[in-house]
Amino acid sequence: MTSTTDESSYSEAMKILVIEDDRDAAHYLQRALGEAGHNVDVAGDGETGFVLADAGEYDVLVVDRMLPRRDGLSVIAGLRSRGNAVPALILSALGEVDDRVTGLRAGGDDYLTKPYAFSELLARIEVLARRVGSKDAETTYRVGDLELDRLSHTVRRAGKEITLQPREFRLLEYLMRYAGQVVTRTMLLENVWDYHFDPQTNVIDVHISRLRGKIERGFETPVLHTVRGAGYMLRAG
Amino acid sequence: MAVSLPPIFKTTAARLSALYLLLFAVCAVLLVLYMTALSARMLASQTQDTIEEEMQSLGRAYQRGGLPVLVRVIGQRSRQPGANLYLITDPNGRILAGNVQSLEPGVLETDGWTEQPFVYQRFGEVAETGVLAETPPPSADEPPGRMRHAAMALVLRLPNQMIMLVGRDLGEPERFRAVVRRSLMLALGMMGLGGLVIWFFVGRRALKRIDDVSDASRRIMAGDLTRRLPVSGAGDEFDRLSENLNAMLTRIASLNDGLKQVSANIAHDLKTPLTRLRNRAEAALAAEPDGAGYRAALESTIAESDQLIKTFNAILMIARLEAGYSSESVTPVDLGAVVRDVTELYEPVAEEGGVGMSVDVAEGITIRGNRELIAQALSNVVDNAIKYSAEAVEKPAVAVRLERSADEIVLSVADNGKGIPEAADRERATERFVRLEQSRTQPGAGLGLSLAKAVMIFHSGRLELAPAEPGLSVRLVFPQKRDP
Repeated sequence: MTSTTDESSYSEAMKILVIEDDRDAAHYLQRALGEAGHNVDVAGDGETGFVLADAGEYDVLVVDRMLPRRDGLSVIAGLRSRGNAVPALILSALGEVDDRVTGLRAGGDDYLTKPYAFSELLARIEVLARRVGSKDAETTYRVGDLELDRLSHTVRRAGKEITLQPREFRLLEYLMRYAGQVVTRTMLLENVWDYHFDPQTNVIDVHISRLRGKIERGFETPVLHTVRGAGYMLRAG
Repeated sequence: MAVSLPPIFKTTAARLSALYLLLFAVCAVLLVLYMTALSARMLASQTQDTIEEEMQSLGRAYQRGGLPVLVRVIGQRSRQPGANLYLITDPNGRILAGNVQSLEPGVLETDGWTEQPFVYQRFGEVAETGVLAETPPPSADEPPGRMRHAAMALVLRLPNQMIMLVGRDLGEPERFRAVVRRSLMLALGMMGLGGLVIWFFVGRRALKRIDDVSDASRRIMAGDLTRRLPVSGAGDEFDRLSENLNAMLTRIASLNDGLKQVSANIAHDLKTPLTRLRNRAEAALAAEPDGAGYRAALESTIAESDQLIKTFNAILMIARLEAGYSSESVTPVDLGAVVRDVTELYEPVAEEGGVGMSVDVAEGITIRGNRELIAQALSNVVDNAIKYSAEAVEKPAVAVRLERSADEIVLSVADNGKGIPEAADRERATERFVRLEQSRTQPGAGLGLSLAKAVMIFHSGRLELAPAEPGLSVRLVFPQKRDP
């Protein structure tokens, strides 16, 4: 019933701009994101970052908050005021609740506190990039023989209706929306439950295994995969 | 000008004593001088009165019987013991009657009062002559003779060119002055002595107690925080000072203990996983090169680091909340919704552990607060309750209840586990890193309740632990506010 895969998720190469003044951290991100198949440019200060981001065609920005010459939030706010909607993920050593709020208010699309797990960052970057070609308009999500109707709130697999609790429905909806991509536990807590704290116990795992029971029991192939050290991925076959 | 004083004068008590002593002495001298002057004037006027009376009575005798009667009367009076001074001479200075043998020159030449006291000798004190001798005025190098006395006198020229002098010895006022001088010296001496005694018993005592306090403080500063300042039991200001300082020391000591406890716990909770981390990496390096082995080592290293980061985050968050974290993200929060969210989040965990969870929410309770923080606090408490209800004798159960009383909003989470029977332990359970069973076998960094407590303090509320018969009831108590 449980399936595990180490497969790296997203294969489409993205153009990513990392604006980070710590050379070691920038270098590490450049290499790790490169290994994940993406093209990475690095800017060492806010001003350079702003110029590059404004001129370049990037899929995602990764912006450190505290930067020389121009603050990370001001870079993002500046881009937004020029009509540039490139998805931006804010990296910050500040972890207070307010920082997230001010970061998102400045136009950031996601917020991650240092120290972070690279798998978390990668999953979030890929989800951000995917947001542009959003599935918002679609009323039905399909992954293999699994089908979710967002209007009638029904779920079918191989034509057979599966009854889900409201929260389970939203969980599956989120997973199907980003099917084929790694979704981390914190992303699920943030997007399905709308909380940003760290639960002591891995409560999300229990919810996933429950959902998995409902959508996989009685069917041949697993669809909800565990990506070790990162999170989960919904994928046909 | 730097004056180096003996050490004793470097104390406030001694300085004050010396100052007061000086002040008293000056006052005393002025007073005595004034009294003396006053008494002397009174004595002098008394003397003058006596002399004038004498002169009048002698005048009457002269009118009655002329010179012979006057001479006889003066002769009589001169012989009486303690007599005044009498003298009648002819214009050439020959003594006709009286008891004065010699006089300072010039006294007889001035009519009326001799302003200054003069020197004279009586008959019988030296060899007698018939003629009035001249006594030289006293000089510095010649001490006044035993037989010579100071006096004041009234001189009257009689109609037949005779000169009459009536005077009075000033020996008495002189003695009086000596008495006053002596008593003044005595008084000053007594005052000095009294000052010393007072300084010794009052000043030195105060001084000694201050010294005791500073000695004790010095020893406490040297690191012995268990010491306390001496309290004499007199209930005076020194005792009050010592008591307050002692209370402060107790507070410092308890903070210090807390800090020590926290440091020890941080050392344990962070050092242990760090050591594990290092050992694992070392062991992986030392082992035969093996891809799968490396991978496993790295994965557990990452898992361990994640746990460490969580612990750090919790410590930081508690510190921020306790330091008076000011938040702009305080909004109206529907507590009932938060309770439903969190219990729904934990419901599968409870179910998996065979724990029955009941939720009883009073509707429409909204407070101003931070939804994330409240959810975090509640989730920590619910997480604990599920873990500890596993020890229950009956079927494990957790009851979450949100209710409103007259002035408070109480969110309680009760389990039916073993609970914490001792009130002191319940108190301690909310301290950072404290896990009551010393083994620390349960997962979790022991920060859950302290974080919940910090969140409640942030919301001007409190976290209470109460026995739940059986088990433990953790109560998050919010103050009831009238706004939203």
